[in-house]
Amino acid sequence: MKDKLKKMPKTWLDNLITYGMVIIVFLLVQMFISRGLVSNLLQGLLVPLCVYVILAISLNLTVGILGELSLGHAGFMCIGAFSGAFFSKVMADIITVTAVRFTLAILVGALFAGVFGFLIGMPVLRFRGDYLAIVTLAFGEIIKNVVNALFVGVDSRGFHFSLKDSMSLGLEADGDVIIKGALGIIGTPRNSNFTVGIVLVLITLFIVLNLINSRDGRAIMSIRDNLIASESIGINVTKYKLMAFSISAALAGVAGVLYSHNLNSVAATPKNFGYNMSIMILVFVVLGGIGNIRGSIIAAVVLTLLPEMLRGLNNYRMLIYAVVLIAMMLFNWSPQILAWREQHSIKDFLRKRRKVQ
Amino acid sequence: MISLITYLINGISLGSVYAIIALGYTMVYGIAKMLNFAHGDVIMVGSFTVFWGISMQGFNPVLSVLLSIALCITLGITIEFIAYRPLRGAASSLVVLITAIGVSYFLQNIALLIFGANTKSFTSLINFGPVRLFEGQIIISGETIATIITCLIIMVCLTLFIKKTKPGQAMLAVSEDKGAAQLMGINVNGTITLTFAIGSGLAAIAGILLCSAYPSLSPYTGSMPGIKAFIAAVFGGIGSIPGALIGGILLGVIEILGRAYISSQMADVIVFMVLIIVLLVKPTGILGRKLQEKV
Repeated sequence: MKDKLKKMPKTWLDNLITYGMVIIVFLLVQMFISRGLVSNLLQGLLVPLCVYVILAISLNLTVGILGELSLGHAGFMCIGAFSGAFFSKVMADIITVTAVRFTLAILVGALFAGVFGFLIGMPVLRFRGDYLAIVTLAFGEIIKNVVNALFVGVDSRGFHFSLKDSMSLGLEADGDVIIKGALGIIGTPRNSNFTVGIVLVLITLFIVLNLINSRDGRAIMSIRDNLIASESIGINVTKYKLMAFSISAALAGVAGVLYSHNLNSVAATPKNFGYNMSIMILVFVVLGGIGNIRGSIIAAVVLTLLPEMLRGLNNYRMLIYAVVLIAMMLFNWSPQILAWREQHSIKDFLRKRRKVQ
Repeated sequence: MISLITYLINGISLGSVYAIIALGYTMVYGIAKMLNFAHGDVIMVGSFTVFWGISMQGFNPVLSVLLSIALCITLGITIEFIAYRPLRGAASSLVVLITAIGVSYFLQNIALLIFGANTKSFTSLINFGPVRLFEGQIIISGETIATIITCLIIMVCLTLFIKKTKPGQAMLAVSEDKGAAQLMGINVNGTITLTFAIGSGLAAIAGILLCSAYPSLSPYTGSMPGIKAFIAAVFGGIGSIPGALIGGILLGVIEILGRAYISSQMADVIVFMVLIIVLLVKPTGILGRKLQEKV
């Protein structure tokens, strides 16, 4: 067994640890729930936790693997959430098997978000660095605001769209308004649960980790490391950039579907699909380690649980969260502190002691 | 026609506020090469200080404004010293961005603790009445006039400061090439601190003007104007001071006209769309310089 482990490529082992970590946490949580050790509050947090983990992994594909800063990730989540919930609501009477309908809703959400990722990526990915950040932020806000003003109705003649109000849809008597502007979609089926969430996390991991270790993934990483060099050896930069960006968007769409099916209704507010959300996901990615998939999972879980753990401190919890965030960034990245850590590292200290003995 | 002129004037006034905020963004970006996401929250701190001074302590308005500017300058310098300076030379520019977001959360939550989440109504500091033109058909409020004039004064002073004084020239040099500037004997850290001080002082003024025109104040007041001003800075070409003015005013006019003629819900969408289109046509912004990439 040990020999076999040693023979496996290092990345395999690394990926196995990541999958194993998710599965073990899942089993542990299930065990705790069956013994009644998990509070209701924490149980309610399990699906959002999966949503954030998927978002963090998918954004890490853009930020860490492709090396482009995106501040509009919540926009793709928004598209996924609404298209998935729309599908579920329209198909509620046609497809009665919940599992099939929900699976299709997830695919629809991923498809829509992916297509939007592709369409937005085409013009946007020509920018670099901070310009890309601001343009993606702009697109994210556009998506949120348009969805917030969108009215979609369905009647015997088909779908009707309007950006004004439900009256201007001009529905027949048998019509039904499904997306009600700022109210969003009311009455989405609550199909999401922790098991579905974990399965989606594992699928996301599978897609992203396989992409990273494939020929395409290496091409994407070469663009990140040196654009000009990779262009000069014949890598189609536009194609690979778009590929990573659309996959990342589609996965954010999956997270959106999971999110919208965890609630009775879904509306586009600044809190759930605004730039604050995009920034929060970016915080997970950066704190977990840019390009480190396992790190973003851990960071997403820790940073979502942290404010809840600090709930006893009431008003001070978000303040402490902010201080912890700043302190962690300084501790992990400041050149001076890194140099100090190098000198006073515990590993080195132990090693020296051993040598003396 | 008359209403169009009124909207234009209001747009220029809002745009002037954006321009003043955008100056802070653009100067900090030009010199430290970082997006200071906490800048919007410094605006909020400035407005809250004036609110505290006038409405809660009954100070003289002038004293309150001076206090607010002084506090924001101190705050800017402190933030730079504690949170940003240690990260200078860090491996990734994202790191500073996230730290700035942390600072932004910190300021918002401090304000939340002190003043609570309720929206406060801010008493306007401008006490000269509206000016009526064309037999009262166009009414320009005192806030609008004060905002536009303040913006112009700040622009002129800042341009003179950068063109004519030694610290201003040092700023230009540092934004051009940090290493070379240091070799020429310029105190790079001091110059960056000065930039943060000026930016934060301007943020305080912008906050007071913004809250005089739109008198509601909450711990989250600063974040959206902050984002808009950032867009204005990018719009005009980030790092360029006249660019910030042009970008800010264009943004304000587009926003007000969009809100008036198309839809108030879609005003932000229009602003963002225009930004994207401008950047697609001219990727470095209106007055931005194109940097040649070296292989």
